[in-house]
Amino acid sequence: MPPITTGSSVLAIKYADGVMIAADTLVSYGSLARFKNESRLKKVSENCILAFTGDHSDFQYISEMIEDEIERDRFIDDGVVRSPAEIHSLLGRIMYHRRSKMEPLWDTLIVAGRDASGTFIGNTDLQGTVFSDDFMATGYGAYMALPIIRKKWRADMDQQAALGLLEECLKVLFFRDARSTANVQLAKVTADGVQITEPYRIDQEAYWEFGRQVVGI
Amino acid sequence: MFRNQYDSDVTTYSPQGRLHQVEYAMESQKLGSVITGVRSNTHVVLAAIKRSSGPLCSYHEKIFDVDSHCGIALAGLAADGRGLCRYLRREAMDHQYVYNSEVPIERLVLGLADKSQQRTQIEGSRPYGVSLIVGGHDRTGPRLFQTCPSGNCYEYYACALGQRAQSAMSFFDRNKEKIAESTEAELVRLAFDALRTTLSEDGDLTPASISVAIAGADGFKKLSDEEVLAFFQG
Repeated sequence: MPPITTGSSVLAIKYADGVMIAADTLVSYGSLARFKNESRLKKVSENCILAFTGDHSDFQYISEMIEDEIERDRFIDDGVVRSPAEIHSLLGRIMYHRRSKMEPLWDTLIVAGRDASGTFIGNTDLQGTVFSDDFMATGYGAYMALPIIRKKWRADMDQQAALGLLEECLKVLFFRDARSTANVQLAKVTADGVQITEPYRIDQEAYWEFGRQVVGI
Repeated sequence: MFRNQYDSDVTTYSPQGRLHQVEYAMESQKLGSVITGVRSNTHVVLAAIKRSSGPLCSYHEKIFDVDSHCGIALAGLAADGRGLCRYLRREAMDHQYVYNSEVPIERLVLGLADKSQQRTQIEGSRPYGVSLIVGGHDRTGPRLFQTCPSGNCYEYYACALGQRAQSAMSFFDRNKEKIAESTEAELVRLAFDALRTTLSEDGDLTPASISVAIAGADGFKKLSDEEVLAFFQG
């Protein structure tokens, strides 16, 4: 039951074109940085992404379950596809059910996407808590990134502003979260569907400049 | 229809490849008083004539809501209809609980169709003796379906079941061009007129004996007696 291979923070914000989600690509094994290029953002349907903080294997199990759900939609073939909000609700029920059996899936999950009624970001966790909001962060991000997002987020941010905000948060998390890396991945869900970037290294060089001014440590 | 040696069991085929017990079950809806459903581009109306056993007895309810967005009208064995209504309500509520959203009506009906089909294939079971008209409005728009003891279900623009329902169907057929663009009120009047065609010569529609429900983007609603009366007078 306790998590073994784990992922750290995930950030998600709504912006003008849709939703944007970011996470680093590290899955830790306790204090070992075990899998340094693992994607923690998963596309589950044409308009929805799932991301996790917590146990990696539980997330893999959950992703498969949600993918099966979407596949079943495809077989029924009646033009109805599960919306991100419905996936979120389903996940919340599953998580609560598991916790009630004292067998939790040890994750905090973010469901983010877009459908006919608008954009959606939902959160559910190993206790079965369920809520949704315009922006969200899990893991250490909830402590370190959320205050930054709360200050700088606007509903009509364009892509560049949204990206800038997320990268700033990712930098802070890399500097302070001992279970993170500078290798990150971004995803967005817009009218063009789901796009997940290749992992890339966030630029932290400029920030280490201050090191030169440090004397005596 | 006459008896033959292959009709005593639902699990026995006739040499012509028919299941007579299922066909007999499909006859039961003809015993019920007439129900109609009609669907425009924006709304669905269910209308039914209610029967009572006599002047001292209340009218037998024919239309039931299943969820806030859909409902049914039943023709045939009312007790079977109540059981199916209970099933549909539970399924709709289950969907709300899990997905926090209204169940797509087609999926609801297909579940019922599968349940009905099972009773055509199990020794000792009898098929349901009721046909339903299921109507409502979901994320795909207004939808109207008919279910049948055989386990088949059909989607319609207009349908009628029950005693002398054929005249209602002919009425809808003659007026089919009007249906799609009808307003809510026009649709109700079409349904009333369809019901009228099924009455015997000396019979007439009275507000007390009619049940009407309308489904649109704002949900499924059974009209109160006052609202039905207003349509009568208006």
